[in-house]
Amino acid sequence: MRASTDQVWEWLDAVPDPEIPVISVVDLGIVRDVRWEGDTLKVTVTPTYSGCPATSVISMDIETTLRAHGIDDVQIDTSIAPAWTTDWLSDKGRARLEEYGIAPPQPAGGPDRCPRCGSKAVEKVSQFGSTPCKAHWRCTDCLEPFDYFKCI
Amino acid sequence: MTRDEAFLQFLLRMGDNTLILGHRVSEWCGHAPVLEEDIALANTALDLIGQTQMWLGLAGEIDGGKSADDLAFLRDAWDFRNVLLVEVPNGDFGRTLMRQFLFDAWHSIMLGRLMTSSDARIAGIAAKASKEVTYHLERSGDTVVGLGDGTEESHARMQAALEYLWPYVGEMFVNDDVDAEMAKAGIAPNPADLRDEYDALIGHVLAEATLTLPESRFAHKGGRDGRMHTEHLGHLLTQMQWLQRAYPGATW
Repeated sequence: MRASTDQVWEWLDAVPDPEIPVISVVDLGIVRDVRWEGDTLKVTVTPTYSGCPATSVISMDIETTLRAHGIDDVQIDTSIAPAWTTDWLSDKGRARLEEYGIAPPQPAGGPDRCPRCGSKAVEKVSQFGSTPCKAHWRCTDCLEPFDYFKCI
Repeated sequence: MTRDEAFLQFLLRMGDNTLILGHRVSEWCGHAPVLEEDIALANTALDLIGQTQMWLGLAGEIDGGKSADDLAFLRDAWDFRNVLLVEVPNGDFGRTLMRQFLFDAWHSIMLGRLMTSSDARIAGIAAKASKEVTYHLERSGDTVVGLGDGTEESHARMQAALEYLWPYVGEMFVNDDVDAEMAKAGIAPNPADLRDEYDALIGHVLAEATLTLPESRFAHKGGRDGRMHTEHLGHLLTQMQWLQRAYPGATW
């Protein structure tokens, strides 16, 4: 008996992002579609940033996970349009990011508060951070630097 | 020139620009003046090389099933179609950022137009790349202002960078048969039509940076049609392509 797509989504929600393991690839919004075509399970993923080295690792992790659940015939399709946007981050993902110390994306273009102490007194250090999806900010109250997940 | 031939040339121009600039910018990795700038430059390079995979991936598909890697690593200097601006050496940090700004401004305007391309694949790549390039432009523009309107030394260096790079700007706005074919098909705009918007954009930023735009409109050409690259491209390729040249077909 083959797994339902709901079941597959649940399994994929347990696949961590390789760079930010507190959120899943589903939280990140990069899994766009899961469907059966005959006996083949087709998973459509979209890259976050076009050069993000995590993208190929994510595809491999998805495939490995599904095989571990007994699905042998997996095909991963990459789709670039519509382009990935941080609007696709799940609410659960946004909350986990903040708990982990990464300020979630805000439409205003910067973090609304320090993920550690909650202060609104924050300033940008650099438009880029430890991965393509993040920028480097600092809290001027608790003085801790932190990552901000860029809003795109 | 057939539509297909022009389309391939167009894709190579887009992909070679991002590939060669991406490689140039990556040369700063581990050498930038401060850690934050090192990270920013490496991330910018990464975005550009990611975009290259999309442009050259599509170019390879229509060019007899080659991969983006085949095109990047197995062509010689005369086959490259990037503008000369992106292959000139980095110079100092200021010149690297000035070049980035002059390119980002063109790139962002071009991608904006390509988002409404009659070819859905082009529009898709442009929409994706445009998000990244908007960000690049914001940073390179801010840095040009910061350094231009900075200390006496940083100002002098940025003015020198602008004067050195300015003759390479014009090539981004030259029209030829490839462009005419692409414009006719609604695939891409005529580059010359982007010039007014470009001049307005950079004029505004350079004024804020207290820098003076050179008056000459002389333009070095020969990159985007492959007629004559600078001597710098060959040197760049010897580094970039070394592994595939020494160990053909090597994978890891």
